[in-house]
Amino acid sequence: MADRGPKKLVKGNVALAEGAVQAGLRCYFGYPITPQNEVPEYLSGRLPQVGGIFLQAESELASINMVLGAVAAGVRAMTSSSSPGISLMQEGISFLAGDQLPAVIVNVMRCGPGLGGIKTTQGDYYQATRGGGHGDYRTIVLAPTTVQEMFDFAVLAFELADKYRNPVLILADAVIGQMAEGAYLVPDRPIVTVDKPYIVTGAQGRPPQNIRSMYLEGDDQEELNYVLQDKYRLIERDEVRYKTTQIDDAETVLVAFGTAARIALSAVREARKMGMKVGLFRPVTLWPFPTPQLRELSQRVNKFFDFELNLGQMVDDVRAAVVPGTRVEFYGRPAGGLPTPADVIQKLKEL
Amino acid sequence: MQKKVFSRPEGLLDVTTHYCAGCTHGTAHRLVAEALDHFGVRERAVGVAPAGCSVMMYKYFNCDTIEAAHGRALAVGTGIKRARPDLFVFTYQGDGDLASIGLCETMHAANRGESISVIYVNNAVYGMTGGQMAPTTLLCQRTTTTPAGRTVANEGFPLKMAELMANLEGVTYCERAAMYDVKQVRRARKAIFHAFEIQIQHNGFGFVELLSACPTNLKMPPAKAQKWVADEMVKTFPLGVFKDLPPGPSPAPSSAPAALAEEGTAHAV
Ligand SMILES: Cc1ncc(C[n+]2csc(CCOP(=O)(O)OP(=O)(O)O)c2C)c(N)n1
Ligand code: SF4
Repeated sequence: MADRGPKKLVKGNVALAEGAVQAGLRCYFGYPITPQNEVPEYLSGRLPQVGGIFLQAESELASINMVLGAVAAGVRAMTSSSSPGISLMQEGISFLAGDQLPAVIVNVMRCGPGLGGIKTTQGDYYQATRGGGHGDYRTIVLAPTTVQEMFDFAVLAFELADKYRNPVLILADAVIGQMAEGAYLVPDRPIVTVDKPYIVTGAQGRPPQNIRSMYLEGDDQEELNYVLQDKYRLIERDEVRYKTTQIDDAETVLVAFGTAARIALSAVREARKMGMKVGLFRPVTLWPFPTPQLRELSQRVNKFFDFELNLGQMVDDVRAAVVPGTRVEFYGRPAGGLPTPADVIQKLKEL
Repeated sequence: MQKKVFSRPEGLLDVTTHYCAGCTHGTAHRLVAEALDHFGVRERAVGVAPAGCSVMMYKYFNCDTIEAAHGRALAVGTGIKRARPDLFVFTYQGDGDLASIGLCETMHAANRGESISVIYVNNAVYGMTGGQMAPTTLLCQRTTTTPAGRTVANEGFPLKMAELMANLEGVTYCERAAMYDVKQVRRARKAIFHAFEIQIQHNGFGFVELLSACPTNLKMPPAKAQKWVADEMVKTFPLGVFKDLPPGPSPAPSSAPAALAEEGTAHAV
């Protein structure tokens, strides 16, 4: 492991932005929206220091399509926004997926539906994990729980995007974006880069190249879909990430991501002190979802307790993962109603 | 001795296009290809083709191309040019694309003075989707969604993009030309060349509106469609140069601004 130097006290959004720069981000396009404004504000000063481009776009529609242009020209590019802005970007994300272009998109979620508010919530799980826009596609989704992960996942996101030529979404929530924690602002390993022979940078010494998602001839459009699905199966096989805490002897396993996982972790520690045999399973990649791992765990544990800051979205994936007969309960609050660890323990006791 | 006086520009591939008989997309393609040749930028050019009849221009141009979502050509073009300022970027957009769904991107890219050349094909209808009303459809013109003709009361006025562009400070050059006869084609060629020059020599935003004939959706034979452009379209969309700034300091941001702060500042709500 590389020497990461001293930890610094930094906000989640800033850690993410710095991680992106160190991962090689050179073009950022975005439109202001709370609670992610620290990302563009930081990058507007930081990117010029490394010869990068920061441009405040006229809208999220423009942002995502500027990102599409920049990555098509071979540069590591990113946009960030919050829920309504991410909704506006969906057409562009679908194009990125269809074009098989790498891009990093950050969603520091806010409440919905509609304009909603800026309190902590996890209402965009479905949108993030089902592709979000039109067509049969998926984006890789990383869900950080700490400021350190905001930094580390920014690096990972660029590597995964390039490796699979696919958009990668970092799905954070307001608490993670806004809070300050100590974090290493140096990557723990050298940054991985890949060759990009598909980019459009002028037909010099080679035939012209084209980037598109529309194939009108014969079965070509169908073929593209099969190519994408093969890629998704590969990602599902190789890129599942998750973390567990005290599940070895657990009788009940909490499942949670993002801020909910932080609350759940405190709840597990408290519950253990009370003698309750509780553990935590935290999906880190929301897509690919750790389905096989949860299934295996459910051979042994038959009580799962899914906890989310919404009214039940990931719980569908948990139910689909576990073996038949496993009990899966849900507890959640939407739109900023932030439960405490004590609330979670209370619900656990009521099981 | 024989002398070759007419040949296919290197910028075009040797294929037959899918465009309808009498469609001026083909003419416009050739003029753009001639400009690519003339300035020797074919090997560093990227053409942006948004949804519209010309979305398949990648089949015809002998240069790199990228598809854009309907209306987003100038956002995609901005991304490419900002990422790689050494590339030559042109967009090729219809009126639905540039003046309706993409109007916001058009205005802002123009206003930023992006170093991009815009070829804007105004045929007064939506060609690709079958002849619906466009933002440029003439008053009283019948389309499949204005069966009784476009009215001011219901649809408002045709949008005059060249005039609009001329008012934006980021625009270096903008002209409206046509292609209904040889003389007009020559003027259109000159306009496209100038727009290219504006990008290559001055890092500026050049905009060429080309009045174009869509015989299929006008439901006219090709010659009649050309005459309709000359007689009817030109009345609403007068030809001419609307802006041509003398070469000066580039309006485009040439390099990144000085560093602002070491650390991002915290801001709320
Ligand atoms: C978001 C979206 N809305 C609608 C369409 C359908 N569509 C494709 S091209 C087009 C209009 C084309 O007209 P224009 O831009 O004038 O180009 P032309 O085909 O006339 O050359 C429309 C409405 C689309 N592809 N995407
Ligand atoms: S529909 Fe109209 S614009 Fe499209 S190719 Fe045919 S004539 Fe040209």
